[in-house]
Amino acid sequence: MFIVDRRLNPGSKSLENRQRFLRRAKALVQGAVKKTSEGRDIKDVLEGGEVSIPLDGMHEPRFRTEGGTRDRVLPGNKKFVEGDILPRPDGGRGGRGSQPGEGDSEDDFRFVLSRDEFVDLFLDDLELPDLAKRRLAEAESEGLQRAGYSTSGSPANISISRTVQLALARRVALRRPRPEAIAQLEAELENCENETRRAGLIAEIEALKAKAKRIPFIDPIDIRFRRFETVPKPVAQAVMFCLMDVSGSMSEHMKDLAKRFYMLLYVFLTRRYRHVEIVFIRHTDRAEEVDEETFFRGPASGGTLVSSALQAMSDIVKSRFRPADWNIYAAQASDGDNSIADSALTGRLLTDHILPVSQFFAYLEVGEASGSSFEMPDSSLWTLYQRLRADGHPLSMRKVNERSQIFPVFHDLFQRRRNEKAAP
Amino acid sequence: MTTTAERLFEGADWDFPKLQRIHDACEEIAKGELGLDTYPNQIEIITAEQMLDAYSSAGMPLFYKHWSFGKHFAHHEAFYRKGLKGLAYEIVINSSPCISYLMEENTATMQTLVIAHAAFGHNHFFKNNYLFRQWTDADGILDYLDFAKSYVASCEERHGRLAVEVTLDAAHALMSHGIDRYPGKKNLDLRAEEKRAKERRAHEQSMFNDLWRTVPTGPVKSAELLSSERRRKLLGLPQENILYFLEKTAPRLQPWQREILRIVRHIAQYFYPQSQTKVMNEGTATYVHYRIMNRLHQQGRLSDGNFLEFLQSHTNVVFQPDFDDQRFSDFNPYALGFAIMQDIERIVTHPDDEDREWFGEIAGSGDVMGVLRNVWANYRDESFISQFLSPRLIRSWRMFHLHDDPEEAAGIKVDAIHDARGYRRIRRELAKQYDVGYIDPNIEVVDVDLAGDRRLMLRHVVVKGAQLNETNARRVLQHLADLWTYDVSLVEVDARDTVLKEYVVSPRSLAIAA
Repeated sequence: MFIVDRRLNPGSKSLENRQRFLRRAKALVQGAVKKTSEGRDIKDVLEGGEVSIPLDGMHEPRFRTEGGTRDRVLPGNKKFVEGDILPRPDGGRGGRGSQPGEGDSEDDFRFVLSRDEFVDLFLDDLELPDLAKRRLAEAESEGLQRAGYSTSGSPANISISRTVQLALARRVALRRPRPEAIAQLEAELENCENETRRAGLIAEIEALKAKAKRIPFIDPIDIRFRRFETVPKPVAQAVMFCLMDVSGSMSEHMKDLAKRFYMLLYVFLTRRYRHVEIVFIRHTDRAEEVDEETFFRGPASGGTLVSSALQAMSDIVKSRFRPADWNIYAAQASDGDNSIADSALTGRLLTDHILPVSQFFAYLEVGEASGSSFEMPDSSLWTLYQRLRADGHPLSMRKVNERSQIFPVFHDLFQRRRNEKAAP
Repeated sequence: MTTTAERLFEGADWDFPKLQRIHDACEEIAKGELGLDTYPNQIEIITAEQMLDAYSSAGMPLFYKHWSFGKHFAHHEAFYRKGLKGLAYEIVINSSPCISYLMEENTATMQTLVIAHAAFGHNHFFKNNYLFRQWTDADGILDYLDFAKSYVASCEERHGRLAVEVTLDAAHALMSHGIDRYPGKKNLDLRAEEKRAKERRAHEQSMFNDLWRTVPTGPVKSAELLSSERRRKLLGLPQENILYFLEKTAPRLQPWQREILRIVRHIAQYFYPQSQTKVMNEGTATYVHYRIMNRLHQQGRLSDGNFLEFLQSHTNVVFQPDFDDQRFSDFNPYALGFAIMQDIERIVTHPDDEDREWFGEIAGSGDVMGVLRNVWANYRDESFISQFLSPRLIRSWRMFHLHDDPEEAAGIKVDAIHDARGYRRIRRELAKQYDVGYIDPNIEVVDVDLAGDRRLMLRHVVVKGAQLNETNARRVLQHLADLWTYDVSLVEVDARDTVLKEYVVSPRSLAIAA
């Protein structure tokens, strides 16, 4: 008898089968994921969990019979005697539900997705926007990569194995006498009595030695150096600026909408970059960098000067986030109020300082739940940004009134453009 | 017997030396007192997650990859996480050595129970029952599964995942009709199978000559020459093993596709005895663990507390709810098998007049284990019940027989109850419930229209008016047509040869590349 402890074996043996299943049901699962996430808070959106998909395409059909005359033996007779006629139960099949997981069940198929699977499916059809791709190329740093061998280089890069290999090939090709051969002749010479034979041997040894000297063990032409090429490496870190107007006109509802958008953006960026930092800048008529708690909850009042926030962001970028090392994303949320006098400065800051260093700048105009964005005249900030956009500046802007619009708007901003190649 | 031996363990914890002691103690009783004959045992300790893994691949330790196993895994996992379903305490594999998986969470008592149940009860049954001896090759199965796994993987590499998946989907749909129900000419030797496949491939490679492709073939023999009788004979028709028929005669299958059909067919065949012996297999294992545990307790190797713990789970295992109970789904094979075997024990040792009349040859013979070993070796569920279900058991379970004729508007008729008039009828009907001949629809390949459009013709003989479920039948036929690559028709006929329904399905164009 053997006892084998299998507990330490790598688990998830059926992981591959599971992936095959998910791949096969991808479209269905993705639909289910979207539907499930609608009913959830942003915080839990990415928690994975149970989804249910229709069984379409997932059938495992078998020949099965149904109907006809049925005979059944059952246990537990209480009061029946032979010949009794019992009324049929409703539903014909004795009221028993179909067995789950069986091929003939037309019910939904329910199962649990892990967090990673969920997020993957959730963000699967999203892609960094065009703007980001262009800027990404500029924001690359250089990395080194092996690229074969060269005949010149620094001594530190000599490839010994390659050099010895080539030297060996050369020695063999030129028939350089092997030291063993010389040693053998010398041994023979020592034991040799015959004079003529000795003279012959001595001559032979001399010739071989001279030849060995002429053909060096390692020649400079054998030497090879490891060659390196510089390749551009995409920057793997990103910083996300959250700009928000916290003046009195911003209600809790509006802040909530903004928060949801920021969280989605954060999750999305963490999937694409190894390291993501967040900077919160809130502003009234002056801006300050704050922590998350203060950002969303802290009370503040005053007028509204958008330029102050942009100025603050621009300063922070200069002092802490070199555009060459960081991918910079910014999302601004506001109800759209801005003093008219500030417009010129805001526009200038944006076009001259912020947009050139950012991968992506999104402006989210949040409104009250009841308010319809179509009836209201465009806000001053919206008008300003629209003008900038018309001038060809890469700005993304959307209006949001309701919670349910957040994901569609986000999805819309980052939707994979069909005619373009995938981002690096 | 008095308390002589020392306890196997105290409390609930176990470790490997204890498992070894438990196994040895069980073996002593199983071999010495019950006279069981088993394969060598291999006991493997696994976690709950690994148990779920095993669930999704039919309990086998290795299997080829297919999405449907992933689907089952996802399904089991969802149920398990919600707490709707507990996991089995063990899984046992009909192989030599006989592998039993034990869950790590089991208490020491449970491990004892499970070892007695699986490593001796099931093990003996696998080794001795005639169906398993006839249809399965316990020595070769693990090697064969390993071969199947790597073969399928190599096919995926060479021919693409999708093509393999399509073939496997189709083969799985026909799996229940890929079984030889009657013993053929030779025994299965799975090791030779693997060798054969390898040799065939090597031969093909060594004989490959691209020139043959360009040699013009002679004129095809006119199809009219072949009389239908002769044609059917050449094709080996009628044939109820549809997968076998496809493997041998489907016109446009690639060699690797035939091999995959063969693999699926062999695996179906391997599981065929298990589906016919659920009651007996579980009954045997339950009877054996009950005997062994009782004996261990008698010997004083099991404390009273642990024995009570065992009795509690044993009672749960053999619980049979009444038909009107919420929990009722069908006869519990553990309960039914165990009850009949205990009944046999009673008949053999303390028969009454009724038993002498009904079971003349075994009543009072005295050798319980001899009789049971014979039963375990030579019966399957259907014959076991029709032979050994006693009137006394029918009475104590208060069994009754319902006859539901859809033509009868009044309702369902109680056809027999536990009285003298009903015993035989109940026994016959219950046996039929376990007869694969009645459970699986009887579908045969009857002919191929070689002269015309190469249509494959199938025929389902409808028993007692039970026709095929249409959606399912269409889906299966679609898979079949994709493999056959020409039209497939299926007629359902009743006993008087009246055609009840006819299906015709054409292959999908995407089908397997020819």
